[in-house]
Amino acid sequence: MGIFDRFKRKKKIQEEKPASLEAQTDKLDDGLISIDEFEEWEQDQLSYKFEQGLKKSRDKFQQDINALMSRYRTVDEDFFEALEEVLISADVGFNTVMELTEELRKEAQLKNITETSELRETIVEKMVEIYERNGDASDEMTINEDGLTVVLMVGVNGVGKTTSIGKLAHKYTQEGKKVMLAAGDTFRAGAINQLQVWGDRVGVDVIKQAEGSDPAAVMYDAVNAAKKRGADILFCDTAGRLQNKGNLMNELSKIKKVIQKVVPEAPHEVLLVLDATTGQNALSQAKAFKEVTDVSGIILSKLDGTAKGGIVLAIKNELGIPVKFVGLGEQLDDLQPFDAENYVYGLFADMIQESDTLEEKLEEDKDDK
Amino acid sequence: MAFEGLGERLQSTMDRIKGKGKVTESDVKLMMREVRLALLEADVNFKVVKQFVNDVKERALGSDVMTSLTPGQQVIKIVQEELTSLMGGENQKINLSQKPPTVIMMVGLQGAGKTTTAGKLALHLRKKHNKRPLLVAGDIYRPAAIDQLETVGKQIDVPVFSLGDQVKPEEIATKALEHAKEEHLDTVIIDTAGRLHIDEALMNELKNVKDIADPDEIMLVVDSMTGQDAVNVAESFNELLNITGVTLTKLDGDTRGGAALSIRSVTQKPIKFIGVSEKMDGLEAFHPERMASRILGMGDVLSIIEKAQDNVNEDEQKALEKKLKDSSFTLDDFLSQMDQVKTMGPLDDLLKMMPGANKIKGLDKMQFSGKEIDHVQAIIRSMTLDEREHPEKLNASRKKRIAKGSGRSLQEINRLLKQFNDMKKMMKQMTSGKKKGKNPFGGMGLPF
Repeated sequence: MGIFDRFKRKKKIQEEKPASLEAQTDKLDDGLISIDEFEEWEQDQLSYKFEQGLKKSRDKFQQDINALMSRYRTVDEDFFEALEEVLISADVGFNTVMELTEELRKEAQLKNITETSELRETIVEKMVEIYERNGDASDEMTINEDGLTVVLMVGVNGVGKTTSIGKLAHKYTQEGKKVMLAAGDTFRAGAINQLQVWGDRVGVDVIKQAEGSDPAAVMYDAVNAAKKRGADILFCDTAGRLQNKGNLMNELSKIKKVIQKVVPEAPHEVLLVLDATTGQNALSQAKAFKEVTDVSGIILSKLDGTAKGGIVLAIKNELGIPVKFVGLGEQLDDLQPFDAENYVYGLFADMIQESDTLEEKLEEDKDDK
Repeated sequence: MAFEGLGERLQSTMDRIKGKGKVTESDVKLMMREVRLALLEADVNFKVVKQFVNDVKERALGSDVMTSLTPGQQVIKIVQEELTSLMGGENQKINLSQKPPTVIMMVGLQGAGKTTTAGKLALHLRKKHNKRPLLVAGDIYRPAAIDQLETVGKQIDVPVFSLGDQVKPEEIATKALEHAKEEHLDTVIIDTAGRLHIDEALMNELKNVKDIADPDEIMLVVDSMTGQDAVNVAESFNELLNITGVTLTKLDGDTRGGAALSIRSVTQKPIKFIGVSEKMDGLEAFHPERMASRILGMGDVLSIIEKAQDNVNEDEQKALEKKLKDSSFTLDDFLSQMDQVKTMGPLDDLLKMMPGANKIKGLDKMQFSGKEIDHVQAIIRSMTLDEREHPEKLNASRKKRIAKGSGRSLQEINRLLKQFNDMKKMMKQMTSGKKKGKNPFGGMGLPF
């Protein structure tokens, strides 16, 4: 079973890592580490934060699945209904859930599976399959190494576009890039100032015009300025817009066209910011924004407040857009690159372990005989 | 769009049952599955759905669904009634104190729309309740949040009280109340910073502000697109603060808004307002029965009628009716009619509210920018007053002149004239026959 082998390998690697922040700090305390080691430590600390942030969604999910398995012993319609509920309660998209349970029903019938414990492995397998089915678009950010990288941020109102830009600007400034910001949200009251505050905090230039001016004009200026000043990355903020407002969505494609006038291959990355607490509507958002701006990646914001995040599966399955970053808090460095494999692995870690012990037990039984 | 209304969902089940003569208990079970799926798809919390479906099932089995000739319609009717009563039956007004000042506190997650809603509420209170509101900038954490509130205040001409972002929210609240008293402002709306319901420190700060300000209304602002988590959010805010009302925002999006049902059923607190636009006048009273239709994907005729009533001048309407009766309706009347339609807001919004509109293929893709109406109006405006009264006078050379004047093609002008004539004919039939014409929605074929 290829998937399981890969997970198991991954698991081993992770187990070797220090398990807690304290353990890592102890390691630092001996005062005798090289720069390499320090960097490694720093990396560990980041992934620790990431792990912690996602731990909740994963724990909840596993608890639910385990409870389900112990409550329903036989595979019947009640069991499938309960399974649907577990998945839906994790905000996995509706269609994806239905697709998944439908396949499981068939599978159970085909293999004549009657006990839920026998289905456990199949559930994990199917979910991983669903995540991987729709192509493997890279979850790395596209960076134009020799020249300006233009990143366009889009999304509905209140998802955290401006905040995410602040965090991204911080991240790439830290990595030694020259970053600039374009204040393209000329509509919402105070949005330009909000971006300016982030710019001041991180110490990067913000290109802006007055509130109410044409966002496309701001972008045109910003891209030109970024080119002239030799910036590496330009993050373009846009006003939040609901995906069913045709005129506002058309404005986005105009913005995109204007950017392309200055840098033909731009934008190198179009990031859609999604609020992790959003339900089924997240799919509608992803679909609509993909149509007008060809979204290349997703930032899942506010993931720290919620025990969900299942929509990641649905978006990948139904639209093939990878999640590139997740927002896990309100601090400057709380935006983390998203490792899909790690995440999916995390969801099922315990379940894989259990099926391991089950296998071992079966083998022991055989040996006994 | 992936969303199907409950009506369509039940249709396939109905087709299977049709012709069987009698509906069995297992048929009802099948229908209940569709009800369940429709609600889950609308983001209603799964626990709420479970309870709800059980209730509906009992009622369905006990009532005449099984003997009814149209069991599908019966089920929809029961579901809609139950949904409506679960969401509180009727609209509830905002709490206003007898003794000024009335204090309103806005709370919620980040990005729910607290600041915008605070502004909308201020405008609403001034317009509809004759209040003198004060907006208080209590969000000291998010960059430029104070700027945002100040800009909003300027837009609607409501004073904003702020002490910058270095003063604790508790102190801001105290000072704001004093300020309101001095200035004789009778309504104080306190904006607070967005916070996660699991952030204890910030949640306690809210509690402190509440203790100081003793608000008459604690308004929880919730994004209508929120998924299954809506329950947890509402529950934790309610536990700590004992909220008194809820505003659902961003309902102008295409979300079903099942969160409304979840929130109502876990907190038992009324949803009072809905946010329906980015503009400052985009705040409307919440109507449970309309929300029920929306959750079920069944359109919202009542809102259209209300919008029409809000925007259409009654005298003009009467005059128009008379003209229709004696068929002296002219192109000029047609022109003003179109102006009225335009004041009702974007056409595509209106269309979306029509029942069954989601069934029309390609409608979601269609763009009504209002340009079509502009074009027709341009054509009519290029006619002389005499021509508008007597369109039969329009000969080829007059039409050519109009085409030049309006910048439209001759075909378009001919099409318009033909449509106008057809319309007149139709009206004649309607008014001379029964009084059918009085109800503009009569022939539309409602789903039940």
